[in-house]
Amino acid sequence: MTDTLGSQLKSQRFRQSREADWRRLEALVDKAEKRSLSRLSDSEILAIPVLYRSTLSALSVARETSLDQGTIDYLETLAARAYFFVYGSRASLGERLVSFLVYDWPRAVQSLWRETLLAAALMLLGALVASGLVWAEPDWFHAFIPADMSQGRGPEASTEALRETLAGTESGEGLSAFAAFLFTHNAQVALLAFALGFALGLPSAMLILYNGAILGAFAALFISRGLGVELGGWLAIHGVTELYAVTLAGAAGLRIGWTVAFPGARHRLDALAASGRSAGLAMGGVIVMLIVAGLLEGFGRQLIADTGLRYAVGGASALFWLAYFYIPRPGARR
Amino acid sequence: MKTPSAQRVFITPEGVDLRLQIASVGQRVGALVIDVAIILLVLIALTIGALLLGVGAAVGAGQLGTEIMAVIWLLGAFLLRNFYFFAFELSAAAATPGKRMLGLRVASRDGGPLKAESVFARNAMRELELFLPITLLLSGVGGDRVDGWTALLTLIWVSGFVLLPLLNKDRLRAGDIVGGTWVIRAPKQKLVRDMADESIQHRAAYVFTTAQLDAYGVHELQVLETVLRQNQPATLRVVAERIEAKIGWKRTADHHPRDFLSAYYAALRERLEQRLLMGVRRRDKHDV
Repeated sequence: MTDTLGSQLKSQRFRQSREADWRRLEALVDKAEKRSLSRLSDSEILAIPVLYRSTLSALSVARETSLDQGTIDYLETLAARAYFFVYGSRASLGERLVSFLVYDWPRAVQSLWRETLLAAALMLLGALVASGLVWAEPDWFHAFIPADMSQGRGPEASTEALRETLAGTESGEGLSAFAAFLFTHNAQVALLAFALGFALGLPSAMLILYNGAILGAFAALFISRGLGVELGGWLAIHGVTELYAVTLAGAAGLRIGWTVAFPGARHRLDALAASGRSAGLAMGGVIVMLIVAGLLEGFGRQLIADTGLRYAVGGASALFWLAYFYIPRPGARR
Repeated sequence: MKTPSAQRVFITPEGVDLRLQIASVGQRVGALVIDVAIILLVLIALTIGALLLGVGAAVGAGQLGTEIMAVIWLLGAFLLRNFYFFAFELSAAAATPGKRMLGLRVASRDGGPLKAESVFARNAMRELELFLPITLLLSGVGGDRVDGWTALLTLIWVSGFVLLPLLNKDRLRAGDIVGGTWVIRAPKQKLVRDMADESIQHRAAYVFTTAQLDAYGVHELQVLETVLRQNQPATLRVVAERIEAKIGWKRTADHHPRDFLSAYYAALRERLEQRLLMGVRRRDKHDV
């Protein structure tokens, strides 16, 4: 009864009539994946959504009427690959960067204000405790600061030697390598502070406390030798930016940790994805701040030796960051 | 091959389920190994290049030359460690070279476009999942400053985060959870030929009755499709004998297993597709 000599199956004819469209879409997606969307011509970009929708409808039809598994598998992967282009982000790198600098970054930092205050308080606490201990008993200094970090700036050094370390150097030799080293080191610590937030935020908090403790130990040592004002200038020129960045990194980590522990009304995974987005934005900015801090520390601090001028640069950078992050701006998007 | 347990419902705005496949842990690890190997190779090349050029620059330009090479090396190593994954996953393919080789890509779990901050957050978490354990391992083995027991305990604690993908069905690592992403399979697949195409010339020689065609269902049809595609003479002979026995086929003089199977495939598919149009999907031979 099924003598259908020479005639094809309906599913075969269906495939043959649509195949050219599928292959065209495949070629376009291949091209876009290999290079970038901007390399496609206007007519090709316009063709992709049309071909995508026809492929998607072909997939639905094939699932219901065809038993050719090869075709269905092919259509499934092709439709999925095309989906990510049609519904993916179209913004170019430049547009993303502008949007990041103008809206997204300051807004993310604003949304972290509670965690930022907490992180700042933790750092201050660490600084106060450590300076109190070092003030009372200078040997505590070594408990907070490893030898390779102090570089001879310990309690046993003479006041003159300590004053030396705060001075600038007139020549520019070695500074750019120093700046690059400081930046990469600080950025790695900041990224770690953020990532550790996932462990309920406690390691992030400890990292911030410890950072504050290092600061406090140095401060106590230098103040006890009557070098407090000079140390302030030495720190302020880059420290305002750097400590602010580390505080924000800790705040981003604390936000993640807080959401892990207390996701609120939402599903924990959804809540974490939302916090991860704002914390990730803030962290992207932290890297930018640390580049600025590295430049200020490597070049600015060594070349500007005048304490008053150092305070001025530090104060100006503090004003700049506060205004940039917290002054409300019009033209809100999203 | 597709396994139902890795398949996820993913409805496009057009209302079609894309049935995305979650990447397995093995594929994820494989991709990571390739990526880490690439990073290490580039890092070694960078180091050798910087050393050679640094010596040359020191001879030519003095300390300034070495300093420039040091800056290039420091920043290059930093970018490689932190932005290799970020930059590649932000590209159109949403995959690092390792992922691309294994046909994987990163996607947003909510179906929306993949955002830069999500990719950044997911890769910043590698600090905890990848670099911290490596550092601990190295310091635990070689260093004398870190107490071995402390390193061991920390390692156990950290391995909880490393092993996270084994503990959930979507194979999410900490970075995926925080980034709101998942890693799916999106391999490049070629359109293979329709196995019914070649059967046209054999269909006249083999005519089957309805009863003979009702012996099997969709599952057996797809097994037969695979057998025909692989085209192993021994397998073809065995499968042909099985089917002949099942449907009671009388061999003709010019019997050829592949021609017979090809004709039976087309006839069976036509029969099952006709029933499909009537709303009946016969899953396998036990389904009546």
